[in-house]
Parts: sequence; C-alpha cells; structure tokens
Amino acid sequence: MRDVAVLSFAQTPYKRREASRSEVEMVMAVVTEAIADSGIPKGAIGFTCSGSSDYIAGQAFAFVGAVDALGAWPPISESHVEMDGAWALYEAWVKIQCGAADSALVFAFGRSSMGRLPETLTMQLDPYTLAPLGIDAVSLAALQARSLLDRGGVTERDWAEIAVRSRRDAMANPFAQLRGESEVDKLLAEPYLVSPLRKHDCPPISDGAAAVVIAADDVARRAGPRPVWIRGIDHRIEPHQPGVRDLTRSPSTSLAGRKAGAVPERLELAELHAPFTHQEWILREALGLGEGLRINPSGGALAANPMMVAGLARIGEAAQRIRESGSGLALAHATQGHCLQQNLVCVLEAE
Amino acid sequence: MSDAAPGPAFSAHHVVEYTYRRSVGPVLGRFFTELRERRIVGIRRADGTVLVPPAEYDPDSGEALDEIVSVGPTGVVASWAWVRQPSAKHPLERPFAWALIRLDGADSSLLHAVDAGHESAMSTGMRVRPRWREATRGEIHDIECFEPEGAS
Repeated sequence: MRDVAVLSFAQTPYKRREASRSEVEMVMAVVTEAIADSGIPKGAIGFTCSGSSDYIAGQAFAFVGAVDALGAWPPISESHVEMDGAWALYEAWVKIQCGAADSALVFAFGRSSMGRLPETLTMQLDPYTLAPLGIDAVSLAALQARSLLDRGGVTERDWAEIAVRSRRDAMANPFAQLRGESEVDKLLAEPYLVSPLRKHDCPPISDGAAAVVIAADDVARRAGPRPVWIRGIDHRIEPHQPGVRDLTRSPSTSLAGRKAGAVPERLELAELHAPFTHQEWILREALGLGEGLRINPSGGALAANPMMVAGLARIGEAAQRIRESGSGLALAHATQGHCLQQNLVCVLEAE
Repeated sequence: MSDAAPGPAFSAHHVVEYTYRRSVGPVLGRFFTELRERRIVGIRRADGTVLVPPAEYDPDSGEALDEIVSVGPTGVVASWAWVRQPSAKHPLERPFAWALIRLDGADSSLLHAVDAGHESAMSTGMRVRPRWREATRGEIHDIECFEPEGAS
C-alpha cells in the first residue's frame, strides 16, 4: 500500500441559500484555495474527482458544468461520483493506490436550496414500492428514530443534548450555518416535525462546496504543509428496503470501521456524518466510541448539511484538527442514502 | 466583461422527474399483479424467512430467489412516524402515520401509510389491515393505506 495523505482542505461558508454564486463559482473558490494550500502546483495534480448530484442541481449532467471551475486547458484526467465527495476521495485514493496518479484534487458541491430537498431525496428510493408513496427523507429518519426508542436505552432528551452540543461547538466554526446556545428543555417543548423527531433533530438545509488535495509518499512529504496520513479507508452498504434492515444498528459502519483499522481507544476525535441526532447515537455504538471521545468539534451535519459535501467536510475537518494539534489519530465518517444505508470510515493520523 | 456589481445568479425553472417507463421484471411483476387482485405476496429465502416486498435476489447472499408465498393481508406495525402536516406528495391529505408493517407470514416489513385519525391511536405492535383502492391497477397505490384492524 502507498501512504496517502490529506494535504489541504477548503470549504465555503454554508448558507441556507447561496443566492449570488453559481456552483461553478463556489467550486472555483474552494478548488483554488485547496490547491494553493497543498503546495502542489495545479498542473502537477494527477487526477481530479468530484462528488455531486444532478437531482439536487435539477439538471442532467449538471456535474459537467462544474468542471468549468478547473479550467478547460490542458486536458486533465477527471472523474465524478453521483455521491458525497467522501466517495470521490475514496476513488482518488484507489487511483493513487493503483499507481495511476501521485496526487489528486477532490471536490464536492451542492445547492439544495434550489428544490424542496426532502422531496428531491425521495427520488433516490426504489421507484416501484417506495418512491411512489412520496415518503421523504425526514419521515424515513423518523421511522428509524422510533425503532431506536422502542429498542430502549436512549431517549429524546439524549437526542436534544446532541443538538445542543452540536450548535454550541459550531460557534467556534466560522463555516457553520446553525450555531448558538440552546436549552434542552426548550427544545423538548417544541412540537414534533414528524414524530418522534423535532426540528432540532434534523439537519439544516445548506448550500456549499468543499475541496481536498491528497498525495502519496514523497510527493506528499515534499509538498510543504504537514501531511495528515490516511491510515485506512473503507465503505460498505446495506440493503435498500428499510423494512429488511434492523434500522437501530449500522453493521455497514462497524464493518467499514474494522476494515479501516479504527481503534476507538487511540482516537483523539471523531467527525461523524450524522444528519439526524439519533443517527449519531447509532454510529457511536456501531464504532464502539466511548463517552469520553470528542465527537464533531466542528458541529457536524446538524450545524451544516450541504448535500454531497458534508461527508467530505468531515474528513477535511478531522484532518485539519489533528494537523493543528500536531499529532494523533482521528476518525472521519460519511454516510449516503436513507437511514444510514451506506457508510464510509476514514482513519487519519498526523505526524 | 461587464463592470457591474454581481447581482443574483441567473436562475431557471426545472422540473425534476423520473419519467421513464420501466419493466418491473418477474418478481415485482408478480407482486404488482397480485396487488391488482387484492392479494399480497412475498418471496422465500434459503433460510425459510419471507421478504415483502419480494426481491429477485437475496439481499445478504445475492442468491436468486423464486418461491412466491402469500402473506397478510393483515399485519403488525413494527415502527411508525406521525406526520402532522402531509405534503402534496404524501398519500393522505390529513395527518397520518408512516409505518413499517410486518405482514402476517412475513419476516421483513412493508413501508406504507396508516390512516389512524390521531397519533394517540398509533403504537408499535398494533394490528393493521389494508384499505384497497376501488379500481386496482397493479401498483403500490392499489393499497390506499392501512388502517387499525379494530376500526369500522
């Protein structure tokens, strides 16, 4: 295996609605910043991979438009996943492992504000038995949350505490969208949105973009900024039909964590892509993360949830934090699909 | 290039739809044909358990499945979520529950709506029965929704 490192990370401030910049302009800002911070000249980057969804852009092949942000000449080796940018990073990591490139630019973007996001997400479902019912993303998460309450060991108060902690941590994150002090009792006095979920259990709708540059071996060591090494990365998926799974557990996260070599006792922090409060609880259990571990110092997806970006941002945030602290291991997680259907775990180490 | 200060980005109206006509294949085809006759079927896995809706391949082993079995039509609510304000895309116009329904004879749950009138009428483990659409057409909406078994 080649040693691959995260060299740089850039993100836009996340907003409910990005009205003045197109996707291309958002992408250009973060790509330019990530390349400049990586220490690798733009022309020397061997591969580019992006993550986005044409359903969110509302236009077929919208992802091709974003390539405008990279410049039209000279030709580059480029790819795209119709997924969160964390999976674009995985593809780039594989490309580098294969020896087809020594460095890669990864970016992701999403402007969810252009449509009605919960309904747009209905279109990711089985088009025969699920999508025709019109079930939206919040309702599916609420079915999962109810299963978890029925299983026991967790309460709605525990979830509200996760929301309070996330918004408080987000006060130190200039890119976060939803931040501030809140009180558990006040949150619990709010009506249900789709019971048993209240508004604070759900993520904000966010527009934004992010970019990461990764590189291998000596290319990474020579590049300049302190590299944060990817010690393991793996992703796994579960069946699509929600009624086939035990929604209260995430075996795909557990397996991805094992394959990525995550050892909970050695971690400094974890950035978990849990768009709903109860999902953080499920992910902690799946990864065996103890009470003492710092979870989502960025505020996580409850503070900003740009679709197709929030998973990549977890990797970038985790890498940035251990780079700043100088040493240690961090875990970053990304999810995709409804009710944590697909999960990616990345273990990072700063030297 | 214009020197004008940047204004709002250009925007255009798009309708996002998945407008393809699709063939449902032998297994879901049978499921929908049976729904038209107001019957519900699942498919048996190698370990004897029954999946509803039926799948062509076992979600764990990938093995091809072909033994269709009758289930339900009544069942038990395995999980539910109460919708106070239905959207235009939802199957009912008044407050209702989404539910994962374990039909009698099945080992997985079917997702559908339950018309229970009020949230307090919902509970995990409650029994429900389908309310069939008057003119069935061989699609998931042939079941309008489920309703509490005791309801008149």
